[in-house]
Amino acid sequence: MSLRNYSIALSIVIALVLQIMPMPAMADLYRPDWVLLVLSYWALALPNRVNIGVAFFTGLILDILLGTSMGVHSFAMCLCIYVLAANHKRLRNYSVWQQSIIIGIIAALYNLVIFWVQHLITDIYFLLDYLWPVLSSMVIWPWLFWLLRKIRRQLRLN
Amino acid sequence: MNLMFSSGPSLPNRLVLSLLLSVALILFDHKLDGFGTTRVYLNSLVSPLQYLANLPGQMLNASASRFVSHERLFNDNAKLTHDAIVMNGQLQRLIFLQQENDRLRSLLNSPVQDNTRKIVAELMAVDNNPYSHQIVINKGAINSVFEGQPVLDDKGIVGQIMQVSSTNSRVLLIADVTHAIPVRVARNNVRLIASGSGSLDELLIQHVAHSSDLKIGDILLSSGLGNIFPEGYPVATIISIVRDESRPFSQVRAKPIAQLDRLKYLLLLWSERSSEDKQAKEEMVPK
Repeated sequence: MSLRNYSIALSIVIALVLQIMPMPAMADLYRPDWVLLVLSYWALALPNRVNIGVAFFTGLILDILLGTSMGVHSFAMCLCIYVLAANHKRLRNYSVWQQSIIIGIIAALYNLVIFWVQHLITDIYFLLDYLWPVLSSMVIWPWLFWLLRKIRRQLRLN
Repeated sequence: MNLMFSSGPSLPNRLVLSLLLSVALILFDHKLDGFGTTRVYLNSLVSPLQYLANLPGQMLNASASRFVSHERLFNDNAKLTHDAIVMNGQLQRLIFLQQENDRLRSLLNSPVQDNTRKIVAELMAVDNNPYSHQIVINKGAINSVFEGQPVLDDKGIVGQIMQVSSTNSRVLLIADVTHAIPVRVARNNVRLIASGSGSLDELLIQHVAHSSDLKIGDILLSSGLGNIFPEGYPVATIISIVRDESRPFSQVRAKPIAQLDRLKYLLLLWSERSSEDKQAKEEMVPK
């Protein structure tokens, strides 16, 4: 039964690895926000187990992995997961396609908040290229949703 | 039925708490630089994840190198032997020139240039934080890598070490917006500062007077003034100069000589001076 206990943690670790995996420079621009997607699924499905606390610590790990100032990713992650966890009952009833639009909005919020915080502490300027992950996250959401739901039902997580 | 929160504060309270904590961390880390040595441990803690992420690429490389044809190895070998002979020939001359240079410098009473120790590091992962240009290399504190150490590739200066963990470290590239490097023009020793533009193939040269003698194609060498980069390594070539008299300075852009978008093997430099500094610092610490 150990897999059952660690499956959520394991899925987050896999998402972290996917987030930092080296990719060709051309595909790098379109990398979906894996960690945000996986956390979003768990926050919608099991908000009693994954909510702001998990989002905060995952965000900190992401900060260390990506070399940003500590707290940048955890700030954005907590904000997004709060929106999802607070509305999880309504969002669960949406179809997957409607959910993927919501996820797109959340991913846009995530990327813009990260940009904004980084902009406050260093002088970077905005490129529209930074919003490509929003589109790729929307495209990847339905598949990830089905995969994680299958895992959740198979292992009877609650 | 599962209650959403069996214990602890409510959702909005949790949000406020964690956002405040995040802001405090950002201020503590960025403004006060409070994580100094803790960062080394934190980086070491997550480095298994980096190794894991690097694994597929490494396996691809390994399998690719297994299937190299005999003919290609033969050709490579012939080419490398040829290169080695040519370079050794140049090296003989270099030793002579270096000695002569040292002698002339001592005649002029100027300090003799330091020798440097080098090791080769390999690129581990390019990270995907789009707002800054950093790479991770596979040498860390156990190879006595230190913060602020210069990093080169086979063509020119790449950047400097930004964070060290025990087995790998993070390099800030010269093209990052937060990075600037003191340079001089190889042709006439005009001193300038080249700062990163945020795009990998461009550096901005700041505060250039309209009258300064610069030409397109001038090569910029590191000037060694910041005491971080050693003197005389190529940094960039000037690609455009806009002399608009209505602005206080002319706008000069340069292209890095190191190929920042296709790095693979990198050189880490230790100058004799920096190791002496380290010893001096260690001696200064009271025991």
